[in-house]
Amino acid sequence: MSDTIISVENISKQYRLGMVGSGTLREDLVGWWYKVRGKEDPYLKIGETNTRDTKGNSDYVWALKDVNFEVKQGEVLGIIGKNGAGKSTLLKLLSRVTAPSIGTIKAKGRIASLLEVGTGFHPELTGKENIYLNGSIMGMKRAEITSKMDEIIDFAGVERYIDTPVKRYSSGMYVRLAFAVAAHLEPEILIVDEVLSVGDAEFQKKAIGKMEDVSSGQGRTVLFVSHNMKAVSAMCSRTLLMQDGTIAFNGNTDEAIDRYLGISEENWDLLHYIGKPEIDSHSGIHLAEVNILNKSIIKTTQEILIEVILKFSESHDMFHLNLFVLTADGINLFQASTETIATTPNSGKKILFRIPSNLLNSNQYKTVFNFVLNKSKTIHGCGDNLRFAVVEDLDNHDLLWYGKTPGLLSVKIPTEIISI
Amino acid sequence: MQIEKENWSLVIEPNEKWWNLRLKEIWSYRELVLIFVRRDIVAVYKQTILGPLWFFLAPIFTVVAYTFVFGSIAGMSTDGIPGPVFYLSGTTLWGYFSTCFTATSNTFTDNAAIFGKVYFPRMIAPIATVVSTLFKFGVQLLMFFSLLAYYMLFTDANIEITKWAWLFPLLVVMMGGLALGVGIILSALTTKYRDLKNFIGFGVTLLMYVSPVIYPVSAVPDSYKWFIKFNPISPIIEAFRLGFTGVGTVDAIDLVYSGAFISIVLLIGIILFHRVERTFMDTV
Repeated sequence: MSDTIISVENISKQYRLGMVGSGTLREDLVGWWYKVRGKEDPYLKIGETNTRDTKGNSDYVWALKDVNFEVKQGEVLGIIGKNGAGKSTLLKLLSRVTAPSIGTIKAKGRIASLLEVGTGFHPELTGKENIYLNGSIMGMKRAEITSKMDEIIDFAGVERYIDTPVKRYSSGMYVRLAFAVAAHLEPEILIVDEVLSVGDAEFQKKAIGKMEDVSSGQGRTVLFVSHNMKAVSAMCSRTLLMQDGTIAFNGNTDEAIDRYLGISEENWDLLHYIGKPEIDSHSGIHLAEVNILNKSIIKTTQEILIEVILKFSESHDMFHLNLFVLTADGINLFQASTETIATTPNSGKKILFRIPSNLLNSNQYKTVFNFVLNKSKTIHGCGDNLRFAVVEDLDNHDLLWYGKTPGLLSVKIPTEIISI
Repeated sequence: MQIEKENWSLVIEPNEKWWNLRLKEIWSYRELVLIFVRRDIVAVYKQTILGPLWFFLAPIFTVVAYTFVFGSIAGMSTDGIPGPVFYLSGTTLWGYFSTCFTATSNTFTDNAAIFGKVYFPRMIAPIATVVSTLFKFGVQLLMFFSLLAYYMLFTDANIEITKWAWLFPLLVVMMGGLALGVGIILSALTTKYRDLKNFIGFGVTLLMYVSPVIYPVSAVPDSYKWFIKFNPISPIIEAFRLGFTGVGTVDAIDLVYSGAFISIVLLIGIILFHRVERTFMDTV
């Protein structure tokens, strides 16, 4: 017996878009007629790759297409990709919520998901009754649950409330109880889907701790799906990069992450934006170019260089340029102003803004410019000139916190510790 | 070179053979059935003021209405036994069927949230419904027996308990099996063809009128009798009445026919249900 614990062979999953229900009876009959004659269902031949943002011609899409991979016993496999790349569909197939259209999945042992915390919890039942209910739904035997009952209650820290209906629980108690059951499930294969995005820091720590425990301590296999590159990079020995329903890359985690961020860069390909000339006809100030001088993906620990090229057709004694940096959803973070500039007709100026390192948190940003003439007359209208993304620096692992650093800014604040 | 034989404990494939019904797997989840049953019963009665009293009120009002409308106004036969006993015997068993049927036919829509998150044999849900409805049925049965006792002890009504009463457990199993079978067939079809849902509500009502709930088979004109007897519910209700009130038109062959009919419906139901359960999340 080899140590392969999951084998995914040629898996494809087709979905029908739009109106489900109209005309399907006819298509079912056609499909059935082909099957009766021993032919392939014609509807499985059509379909397009699943690119979310372009409109297709077919009503059928392939959420997954020819996916092949294997997972070894004890491995922690990361699965990353944009929204709609097929990660969730793959997990649905693995957890048997739905069946594949083509292909085979083979596995050894029980597959459980940490996202299924609290599945089937009933508000009227007590904590204890819900532990039995939830545990049984996830495939535990009654005796197994009984033997772990004390451990589960202890782990959740809800002894006092265990005979109270869970509708009286605070949301934190509810999540903790639900997670405690999942944590004691002891599956051979554990699926962790974006568990870091729910719950508070304590919950996150427990979830991560459980994952590490399961993989390194007990030699079980973990599939870890996340948008959190920091956590993926810290935990996974190997990573699958999904793109449009196929596996774009399967191998070394760092390389997978680099490629993934590369994909994201295409979406923010305005890195070297040469703005359409914006000329203010009254002042004769011409915003000719806006560039980002950073050559690769910007990390939180790097300085960001924004270059602005201005051309003038009139002379001004006194004016200055303001740069506003906004988050992609429009929160104005700060204004940076140049010193006073004097101009002559038919001349130009190149202005460089240096946004310091360790200031912007990982996020997507846009910039807005305006001019102020003679310290009084503001000229607006230089809108959405430039967009850029900043990503977390994965080389600086802070192993206690796998989540995104909270807050709009990512500032290094000097601290002093004084003994008293 | 030797090819290693792998011991896969789980193989997921797009199409399974229709005869592979995984009944063994359902059996291995039997504890879950009991837990679902417990959940259904506890959840319904906690925090309702009248609790199981509702189980009494509904049949009482129904029987009063039936006695008035069908007995006093329409003057329909009750096979010579007091109206209330007759109607209650019919509605108790019928009520079990219609509750089970309506609930199981909504299996997929009612459980979409839980089915969408975790796998267990989907048949567990309708089976648990049929079992937990027995509780309500039991309460109503208690009321029927009280009424029966009252008429037997304090009136001179012509009621007798016959040896057909021994068949009672079998009759309940048959009623439950039929409700389960028809219910899962409809639940399997409604996931894709939603319009069938509209049929369920009036379908149950129509079915009641072609079953001997408010009239005895003996009162049906001979030319229509074959039609009523074709209905597999008829022998069950008639046998129940014959057992506990001493009147009813049924023989062993009727019951065997009914049993065979129910077995076939159940088998078709399980096959259809099993086909749908694997991919219903895509269409629901």
